Amino acid sequence: MIPELGQLALVLALLLALAQGVLPILGAWRGNRALMALARPAAAGQAVFVGTAFMLLVWAFLQFDFSVRYVADNSNLALPWYYRIAAVWGAHEGSMLLWVAILDVWTVALIALSRSLPEPFLARVVGVLGLIAAGFLAFILFTSNPFERLLPMPADGGDLNPVLQDPGMTFHPPVIYMGYVGFSVAFAFAIAGLLGGELEQAWVRWSRPWTNVAWGFLSAGIVAGSWWAYAELGWGGWWFWDPVENASFMPWLVGAALVHAQAVTEKRGSLRAWTILLSIFAFSLSLLGTFLVRSGVLTSVHAFASDPRRGLFILCFLAVVVGGSLLLYALRAPKVAGGKPFGAVSRESAVLVGNLMLAVAAAMVLLGTLFPLVGDALDLGKVSVGPPYFGFLFTLLMLPVVVLLPFGPFLRWGGAGDTGLLRSVLLRVAVAAVAGAVVAAFLVGGQPKAIAGTAGAAWVGVGTLLYVYKRWREMPRGRRYPAEMAGMLLAHFGVGVFLVGVLLSESLSVTRDVRMAPGDEQAIGAYRFRFDGVHATRGPNWHAEQGTVTVLKDGRTVAVMHPQKRTYLRGQVQTESAIDPGVTRDLYVALGEPMDAGNLEGAWALRLYEKPFVRWIWAGGLLMMLGGFASAADRRFRARRTAGAAQPEAAPAAAIARESRA
Amino acid sequence: MHAPFRLLACVLLLAAGLAAAQAIDPLPFRDRAEEVRFQNLTRQLRCLVCQNENLADSNADLARDLRHEVFGLMRQGKSDDEIKQYLVDRYSRFVLYDPPLDRGTVLLWFGPALILLAGGAVVWLTIRRRSRAAPAAATAPTDNGDDW
Amino acid sequence: MSRLVPLFAFLLLVALFGFGIWWNTGHDQREVPSPLIGKPAPAYALPHLDDPSRTLAKADMLGKPYLLNVFASWCVACGDEHPVLMAEGRSLGIPLVGYDYKDDPADAKAWLAQHGNPYDLVIADREGRTAIDFGVYGAPESFLIDARGVIRYKRIGPFTPEVIEKELKPRIAALRKEAP
Repeated sequence: MIPELGQLALVLALLLALAQGVLPILGAWRGNRALMALARPAAAGQAVFVGTAFMLLVWAFLQFDFSVRYVADNSNLALPWYYRIAAVWGAHEGSMLLWVAILDVWTVALIALSRSLPEPFLARVVGVLGLIAAGFLAFILFTSNPFERLLPMPADGGDLNPVLQDPGMTFHPPVIYMGYVGFSVAFAFAIAGLLGGELEQAWVRWSRPWTNVAWGFLSAGIVAGSWWAYAELGWGGWWFWDPVENASFMPWLVGAALVHAQAVTEKRGSLRAWTILLSIFAFSLSLLGTFLVRSGVLTSVHAFASDPRRGLFILCFLAVVVGGSLLLYALRAPKVAGGKPFGAVSRESAVLVGNLMLAVAAAMVLLGTLFPLVGDALDLGKVSVGPPYFGFLFTLLMLPVVVLLPFGPFLRWGGAGDTGLLRSVLLRVAVAAVAGAVVAAFLVGGQPKAIAGTAGAAWVGVGTLLYVYKRWREMPRGRRYPAEMAGMLLAHFGVGVFLVGVLLSESLSVTRDVRMAPGDEQAIGAYRFRFDGVHATRGPNWHAEQGTVTVLKDGRTVAVMHPQKRTYLRGQVQTESAIDPGVTRDLYVALGEPMDAGNLEGAWALRLYEKPFVRWIWAGGLLMMLGGFASAADRRFRARRTAGAAQPEAAPAAAIARESRA
Repeated sequence: MHAPFRLLACVLLLAAGLAAAQAIDPLPFRDRAEEVRFQNLTRQLRCLVCQNENLADSNADLARDLRHEVFGLMRQGKSDDEIKQYLVDRYSRFVLYDPPLDRGTVLLWFGPALILLAGGAVVWLTIRRRSRAAPAAATAPTDNGDDW
Repeated sequence: MSRLVPLFAFLLLVALFGFGIWWNTGHDQREVPSPLIGKPAPAYALPHLDDPSRTLAKADMLGKPYLLNVFASWCVACGDEHPVLMAEGRSLGIPLVGYDYKDDPADAKAWLAQHGNPYDLVIADREGRTAIDFGVYGAPESFLIDARGVIRYKRIGPFTPEVIEKELKPRIAALRKEAP
């Protein structure tokens, strides 16, 4: 009964989504207030039904309802309750439901927080979101129904993919979807702006906080995924340029460009068409990621069964949504460059160059990811495109961005501003970079990557701090760091931290595969790893061989580590690496196999790592996430809203007036 | 998302009863330099069984055989390029994660440069047009120091 | 006009994806075509499975085309292919040489005893060393080798009756024609 209710809820949600997608847009077009007024209730109702379906699926998992195929495939009686909840999004069907549910979270938040938007504009925005929801709900109902029955009902189910049975991993999909799907809001704003044709600058202001929050979530999601790959896979790597990772990285790059372009458009009126285009791209790439991951067109060692029907459905949906919006863009994008003029050396130019590099980097990632397919299409033979390609070109393309980064805040809108100031900044960051390089060269010897990393981090970090200092000195208390600026500073500083993490850990990491009998010691750097043998252990739904490795430095015990080799109920084997985290280095141990098969008491194969500064990679990513969140909290984005709430009718007019004054 | 699934196919292969080998594979390296060379080389080679893994990290049985083959070739004094060619001769260019520049990969390697050139031209034109429109006075905006 | 550029670029992408979906209905993505086709088969000398004291070398097989079929008792897909070879192997009209890949000889013998032996001769590559020269990356795989010892065709994955009919038999017929 419950699954049928879930299905019914999805059908009702689809109908409401269609109403939400069609009627308000029609109303905004014809000036029909009654139709426009349908936007909120239709969206709210749609969200309620999707939420109901989602909760019913959760319930089916909690109740071990193996008569539901999806539940039977992805859980079993021994799976702990928290992983049964995570199993809801553990495979294709449920994760699509999560996608729509999160879209509704954004939609409801938008409705709740945008009471002051002009009615026709809000109607269009909510309508666009409704059309997207309708597409996905149709996709779920017609090709990927999570409530499909399985008869006869099995006594026990399969298992949740064991790689998902990790506390960090359970949160990765919802967080990264918050990012992916969050770009739908900026997208809807852009489309609504194109449809309406008015208030070009105003809609950018309204959409900015949404874009920044979405980008913050996407940063967090990517960090979580990268952290998980590092901690779980036992390879000590944190990024593999896998198609699946690239699918999340492309919208992130475009989102980073969009965050900056929106600032220019909102404040100066320039780059309007480009901002619209980026809004479309960011969301399109999110959709594209969904397509790549689920259609099976790329070789990705991936559990989502590739069903050509699903691929075709998403492709058609993609063609309609993205093709339609690009057509709309071609027809209605502002033809004349609006906004205030700017000089060749100005903050606008700097943002433009940074935008160019980020966009080209995203295009490069897209090209590299799709090239094997191009190879098939043009009969060029099977080609592999891997980390050496992406790493090399990405470094080249990001170099100008890193070089420009410290100067952005010091540049003025419209022109260079105080060129003496810029020169002194250049001098100081250059000194900092050289000092960093010298110190690094002194400490680590001739490791070019490590030296470059330290120099680059000093360049960016000191540049950012110089601006912090400038504001501190020049501005009165309380006005020094508005939230938007604080967000920018956090994110820029995060870039510096990230550089340290990437380049130092890449160049200074030590990896060793060793054979160790109990009592054996291996030295890595200043650390001595002592293997103390293996014993059996078990968890709720797995059993494992667990090694004990004691790490000593200068004769003192630094860490006692327990790497495991787990076997789950359905026979899936999963390594659980042991990590001793630290600010300047991680120690990392993965357990392999016994050297003589079956002799658990004897020697084992182990992989030992020392990874200097690896944690700074994620710290940098988290700073960028904080930057996104902080800047969205700026009072400027809220002030109008409270004013508008007091007198809803006057709000649009006031907004227009403010834009024309700005 | 779904980096998590990259391993699954291989996990399943192992579970399905293929002889379980391990990516953790201690080899008798002469010295640290040889070990680092081996690690760097095997990281650039793609495993044909678990196709989204490199030779260094793959659990597949074949990956272990090929690691040992690479090690043997290193010991015979073969250069990195010779070892790569040895594998390409047997398994095709697919094994190279770093695709060599040839007629088939021109677009791959120079495509980003083309896009950059085109985009750069547009940016340059934009900046030139907009700065022409800007009278010199525009460099002194109504800036109260809080132009954020 | 320039406003249409993104749309055109996107339409190209859509075409590429459409191609990808279509391509995947007819191809196994994991299949990596062998560079050895049209090239001389690597020199090999491997012991017979049932009598390790005797070896089969490439030179022994020169002068007549044959099909080299890589299999193993641990290989699940080989179990699917086996009945097809049992049924069709004789009708090929060329020798069928089994190549037992990374297998315990006892297991392989038991497997053949249980399921039947379609091969004229079985050689064993226990370490899988020679298989690397052949570019084997899984089982089953099959090589059609001509009278001069050149690899003419490779099948990756199990033979099905359709594949034998459509891909293998025409090639064998062609080989017969070019033989003196």
